[in-house]
Amino acid sequence: MSFDVDVSVRLGAQVLGAAFATGEGLTLLFGPSGAGKTTILNMVAGLVGPDAGHVRVGGETLFDSAAGIDVPAHRRRLGFVFQDARLFPHMKVRANLLYGWKLARSEDRWIALEEVTRFLGIESLLDRAPRTLSGGEAQRVAIGRALLSGARALLMDEPLAALDPERSEEIMRVIERVRDELKLPILYVTHDREEAARLATDRIEVRPL
Amino acid sequence: MLRPEDWGVVFLSLKVSLLAVGCVLPFAFLCAWLLARGRFPGRVLLDALVHLPLVLPPVVVGWVLLILFGTNGPIGGLLERTFGLTVMFRWTGAAIAAAVMALPLMVRAIRLSLEAIDPRYEQAARSLGADGPRRFLTVVLPLSLPGVLTGAILGFARSLGEFGATITFVSNIPGETQTLPIAIYSALQVPGEEGRVWTLAAVSVALSLAALLVSEGLARRGTKDGHVL
Repeated sequence: MSFDVDVSVRLGAQVLGAAFATGEGLTLLFGPSGAGKTTILNMVAGLVGPDAGHVRVGGETLFDSAAGIDVPAHRRRLGFVFQDARLFPHMKVRANLLYGWKLARSEDRWIALEEVTRFLGIESLLDRAPRTLSGGEAQRVAIGRALLSGARALLMDEPLAALDPERSEEIMRVIERVRDELKLPILYVTHDREEAARLATDRIEVRPL
Repeated sequence: MLRPEDWGVVFLSLKVSLLAVGCVLPFAFLCAWLLARGRFPGRVLLDALVHLPLVLPPVVVGWVLLILFGTNGPIGGLLERTFGLTVMFRWTGAAIAAAVMALPLMVRAIRLSLEAIDPRYEQAARSLGADGPRRFLTVVLPLSLPGVLTGAILGFARSLGEFGATITFVSNIPGETQTLPIAIYSALQVPGEEGRVWTLAAVSVALSLAALLVSEGLARRGTKDGHVL
């Protein structure tokens, strides 16, 4: 089992949350906007603290309110790919890619810089500054940065939303290959039906509780 | 032309300003950090205290320093007893006065740059395995560097121009506490020294202008690249 999640949080008058367990591949979180899809992703990542429930990834418990377990976000080893690539503007592409790799324990590193750059086709970008990259290039670097951090799974929050159709297609192919060739479990949030139909192995509907 | 004693005044001013900025910069960063990021009781009070030298008559700041750092004052007495250090009527005292007067400007510049940092970069760093101190060193500090440099240069320029608090605290002693503005003031009091006033004033204008141009250049570079290094 990849993701085993049962979380809820009260934000103002609203209670957001979901309970699901996923198999292999890419699991889509879908539902109306405001239903809390991003919040659920943030709770899995440890960026938002759930009021109750549990988060297990690959059999390891990262959060369990009953058992008092709450692994801090920086030790969860979950690669987060945001809508905006969020590359560090003061570092070259190479330093961005190696940021998490340097922080990871050597036994958690499962892919090397050369492999990632070849896999994503970003060998020629290593010495570029992030602001000189196109949206698609930046998003590929962001995916590479997440893989290199020793991530055991990926969380993707609308990674194609800021891209034009052509770039979108390019990144979709990358995500398919991460799903099929690297066999990395992915939790994915999107509004786009076409994207959902093409990428999803499994779907979880998210509704306000 | 600058006479040897004029060069002495210029060098003393530079020495005082460099010491002032160098010593107060870490403290200014800490204040800016607390004001930009901190949520604690007394934050408004800290904000007001830091800005006080900006709005108080400088002579009052000098008088407060005289009380605090005087030989019988709480801080001055302590320095005297433990280190045998006197700052009153010394150039180090002039640096303290300059530092206090420069603090608000420096805090403002650094605070603005800290507040301009997108917190989403820190979120990304967190998801990549960086704990708090690591995020500070690798993301917050480098991204705030343009503001820190701007603050340091503004503080330096402000220190060069410091007059009221300095003359009140450490008086007007040629070769020890007589900085540029105080030397100009003294020259104005002496008939026949108009030439010296012109020269020293020209040096002041040149130094201040250079500082402003450098800080402006850094700020522009900062907005274009988002960083300096």
